[in-house]
Amino acid sequence: MTQPNRVSGGLIDRARTLSFTFDGKPYQGHAGDTLASALLANGVRLMGRSFKYHRPRGPISAGSDEPNALVELRTGARQEPNTRATVVELFDGLSAQSQNRWPSLAFDALAINDRLSPFFAAGFYYKTFMWPAAFWEKLYEPMIRRAAGLGSLSRLPDPDVYDKGFLHCDILVIGAGPSGLAAALSAGRSGARVILADEDFRIGGRLNAETHGVGGMAGADWAAQAVAELAGLANVRVMARTTVLGAFDHGIYGAVERVSDHVPVPAEGKPRQILWRIYARRTILAAGATERMIAFENNDRPGIMLAGAMRAYANRWGAAAGRRVAVFTNNDEGLRTAADLRAKGLEIAAVIDSRKGEEVTGSAGRLGLRAVTVRDGSGRTRTVECDALGVSGGWNPNLHLTSHHRGKPVWDEAIAAFVPGPGGPAGLLPVGAAAGHLTTHGALRTGAEAAAAALADLGHRPAAFDLPEAEDAPVRVTPKWHVPGKGRAWVDPQNDVTVKDVKLAHQEGFRSVEHLKRYTTLGMATDQGKSGNVLGLAVMAEMTGRSIPETGTTIYRPPYTPVAMGALAGRSREKEFKPTRLTPSHKWAAEQGAVFVEVGMWLRAQWFPKPGETHWRQSVDREVLATRASVGICDVTTLGKIDIQGRDAGAFLDRVYANTFSSLPVGKVRYGLMLREDGIVMDDGTTARLAEDEWVMTTTTANAVPVFRHLEFCRQCLWPDLDVQLISTTEAWAQYSVAGPNARRLLEKVVDQDISDAAFPYMACANITVCGGLRARLFRISFSGELAYEIAVPTRYGDAMIRALMAAGEEFGAVAYGTEALGVMRVEKGHVAGNELNGQSTALNMGLGKMVSRKKDAIGMVLAQREGMVAEGGLRLVGVKPVDPSQPLTAGSHFIAAGKPATAAHDDGWLTSVVHSPHLGHSIALGYLRNGTARLGERLRAVNLLKKTEVEVEIVSPHFFDPEGERLRA
Amino acid sequence: MPEHSLKAVTPLGHAAPHAETFGPITIAEVTDVALASVAARQGRAADVAAAAKRIGLDLPPPGRHAAGTPCSAFWMGPEMWMVEAPFSTHEDVVAALKPAFGDAASLTEQTDAWARLRVTGADLPRLFERLCNADLARAEAGHAIRTTIEHLGAFLLVRSAAEIDVLAARSSAGSMHHALVAAAKSAF
Repeated sequence: MTQPNRVSGGLIDRARTLSFTFDGKPYQGHAGDTLASALLANGVRLMGRSFKYHRPRGPISAGSDEPNALVELRTGARQEPNTRATVVELFDGLSAQSQNRWPSLAFDALAINDRLSPFFAAGFYYKTFMWPAAFWEKLYEPMIRRAAGLGSLSRLPDPDVYDKGFLHCDILVIGAGPSGLAAALSAGRSGARVILADEDFRIGGRLNAETHGVGGMAGADWAAQAVAELAGLANVRVMARTTVLGAFDHGIYGAVERVSDHVPVPAEGKPRQILWRIYARRTILAAGATERMIAFENNDRPGIMLAGAMRAYANRWGAAAGRRVAVFTNNDEGLRTAADLRAKGLEIAAVIDSRKGEEVTGSAGRLGLRAVTVRDGSGRTRTVECDALGVSGGWNPNLHLTSHHRGKPVWDEAIAAFVPGPGGPAGLLPVGAAAGHLTTHGALRTGAEAAAAALADLGHRPAAFDLPEAEDAPVRVTPKWHVPGKGRAWVDPQNDVTVKDVKLAHQEGFRSVEHLKRYTTLGMATDQGKSGNVLGLAVMAEMTGRSIPETGTTIYRPPYTPVAMGALAGRSREKEFKPTRLTPSHKWAAEQGAVFVEVGMWLRAQWFPKPGETHWRQSVDREVLATRASVGICDVTTLGKIDIQGRDAGAFLDRVYANTFSSLPVGKVRYGLMLREDGIVMDDGTTARLAEDEWVMTTTTANAVPVFRHLEFCRQCLWPDLDVQLISTTEAWAQYSVAGPNARRLLEKVVDQDISDAAFPYMACANITVCGGLRARLFRISFSGELAYEIAVPTRYGDAMIRALMAAGEEFGAVAYGTEALGVMRVEKGHVAGNELNGQSTALNMGLGKMVSRKKDAIGMVLAQREGMVAEGGLRLVGVKPVDPSQPLTAGSHFIAAGKPATAAHDDGWLTSVVHSPHLGHSIALGYLRNGTARLGERLRAVNLLKKTEVEVEIVSPHFFDPEGERLRA
Repeated sequence: MPEHSLKAVTPLGHAAPHAETFGPITIAEVTDVALASVAARQGRAADVAAAAKRIGLDLPPPGRHAAGTPCSAFWMGPEMWMVEAPFSTHEDVVAALKPAFGDAASLTEQTDAWARLRVTGADLPRLFERLCNADLARAEAGHAIRTTIEHLGAFLLVRSAAEIDVLAARSSAGSMHHALVAAAKSAF
């Protein structure tokens, strides 16, 4: 296959031919090509349609600043929209599609927008689609989005993985052109830890694109030699395909390394990309500069590109944008471009230098450039036939990262561009073209100097670095921003913003740069204003009659170039979105076919379905009934366990709990209520005294960490004088609740000691042994209201323990029960849990007011006594049952008195927890009811406006089951 | 230890410690180390240090691990250390250490609170740079680093340039193991 616009030379491997397709048509390129260079070599200039007007577009750049040549890369689940063809590394089998066109790139029906352009000027949407308001979301926005030019998503899950990582260095060098290489060599030779990152897949920056020599050899050869030297230094890490996307706090930089973007499919286990967090003591910004366009009528035709890009395609990739080329410039680069292209055998049609009074006033060619119109100093116009035009309007330093901490760029008249100003990220040193030094010599010199300064700063001895000889021609640029004319001259091709749009913004009062940006969308989308921002600003300055620096500048934000969402997510997706905690009985429970529920990071057994059970209620009812009839076993390891030791542990507990603990005898457990400083209940649980100076506190599963943190705060900050030591032991012990009338008989089979009621009464605790000598802990406590124990063994024996308990329980028909049955039984008993401990409720609300001891001071005591919190008639915990037992209750329903409207004004409280009680055979609930204690027996309506349910209910005691607690003391 | 009929499982749920090799990296469960936290009672730090010395242990400063026989230790917090001992001889680790420390320290059994995954291989920094922000290139044998890996708190005990023990909460051993394996496959 021929590549008609392939010219000689370049840094491509002509021995390796790669096949690829664009819009289904097969082409060939070579290793080292980008998609854009390969397409140009194949004579394809038209690569996309513009965002708004669907105008035919080709690449204007050869790098990451590309606004036009956006394609959908790859197919299937890997399809990626808005990919810049100029940075896509060609691989064999690559498939790309143009986007934002229908039915084809050459004939796009929506190009009608271009004819209707007067209607689509800046602010058009804002003015037009205002009425009726309801139409915006349903009609206007979808319509605009359909017409506007973004690529499409596959809507399939990303099949690739992305990593995140962390790197540390003394000096981070961003960009590996001449200044970055000089800095990296200088720093690397000194022994400092250096990271050199460049977004390109070939290191060298403009050295690969220009014909300038360095140190007596070709620039590209010097770059290759420098890379070879750096690669040999153990203290230097050279990272190609790595874009530093932002400067963050304290010398931290974000970078995306594209590990596998240049291969069809990542190797097994390998990430597609890695998001690196780089900790750098000093950073050298050697990001180079971006060339800018001159706006003239129809300056957006395929074939019109930046002169520097044209040189890059010719010199680096051996690709020509056209065979007959013209150049339009306001600086010295015009002649250089012409010379480079002529050396490649291309015909130079004209060099139009605005400094000589000449200018390009327009262009012709429907899907690609055919000719340009040139006006000379005397006003005469002529037509120049050409199929490519290189334009150079000067260079803008890539100072983006210097403004990430609100550092404001300053205007440099000498190069007519913004350069980094003071106030950027600390420790960030811009060098080379990024700092406005546009010659090769200037780049090498400032790179080496910055490295020496950073090294000295860090206490390293700079190594010798002899500056290689390089061009240092003075930069002579005479600003030329746009050529006045009647037609549309494009300022920001990415967003189809024209000189006229900028004028319109000015005319309508949007004169601040920030307003200009938002009114016209100048500088938005994938190129983030790299190509259009300064030009737009210059046009606005001309309108206002002020200088460019007076008009303002835009502040760049991260990321420097677009970042895939996958890279930001890293490994945190789907099942691995967060870590999972497994209980000690997990493996056994899974074998039983348990249904698991996520409780924070824990997976807990929710219920254990048996053959024949088709509805979860059947399983839960069975588990509850069997437990209350005989015995049930539940894994309660997830409850927080905190070991509290020290001489003052008792006094400490008195201060963190509302009730008294110091008086608890050794070998006993007590239920405790913990308040927040504001008097609201923070958590509840039991604390056992295992020895004179050793206690173990249990917390709710949800509050295990917050309570531990709270206790540490109290210990370290509030009462450092107390002798208290804390450590979490949640994970150290596998703990099982054994509940039901046969609980003791079951445990007697595994516990080595006497646990008769006399030897081990209600609320006893002890260090015991089980199964012939394994150390364990036993607590006689009950959440279910049954005769119940909690038994704990070292976690590694947890799996064996659940099996041993179930085996011992076989003769009693023991069941395993899950969190649902646990919930049913605690509601039947009227115990509060998470739904009642809602961060808004006091002990008084929960009916636990008597637990708050007035004999001592504790956290929350003072504020719990606030007037509003102790007022008579406040919310009180009540039990609720439907008047008609066949009617189910709905959690979250609100109490409304009969005959009153269901409005907030008549709200008397709500149902916190609702379960089906298999004993009572109907729904029961706990709830907070205004003045609830005094309203037992009253009938109210439980109204749920969301679920549209209303049930007549009776207010009862919250203790539905065994109100006297006879069972648990049995 | 008294005989009992219960069989231990490893943090990853196996009957015996699991080990697997991924390229140059081997990730293995280690279950033969007993752990106890040792926190000095108020004003008793010197007594704790002296008691530790008597059992051949130099309690290390922050960020460090001190290897000894039979006990080793790493720093966990102000005046608090984690003492390591051979599981076979120190399974009831608090009972074993209590005579040495007496009432100078609070001791708590921590053996099964943690999963220990031993990572061995050349160029471990290349693996761990995909997992945590610890600067392992600068870490030496005897460093004990507190960090987070995939949202999980962890200690990295640097045993040598080619061997690091990762200690993480036992209940999430599976998630930690998955993270290490994924990183090993990714980096090598």
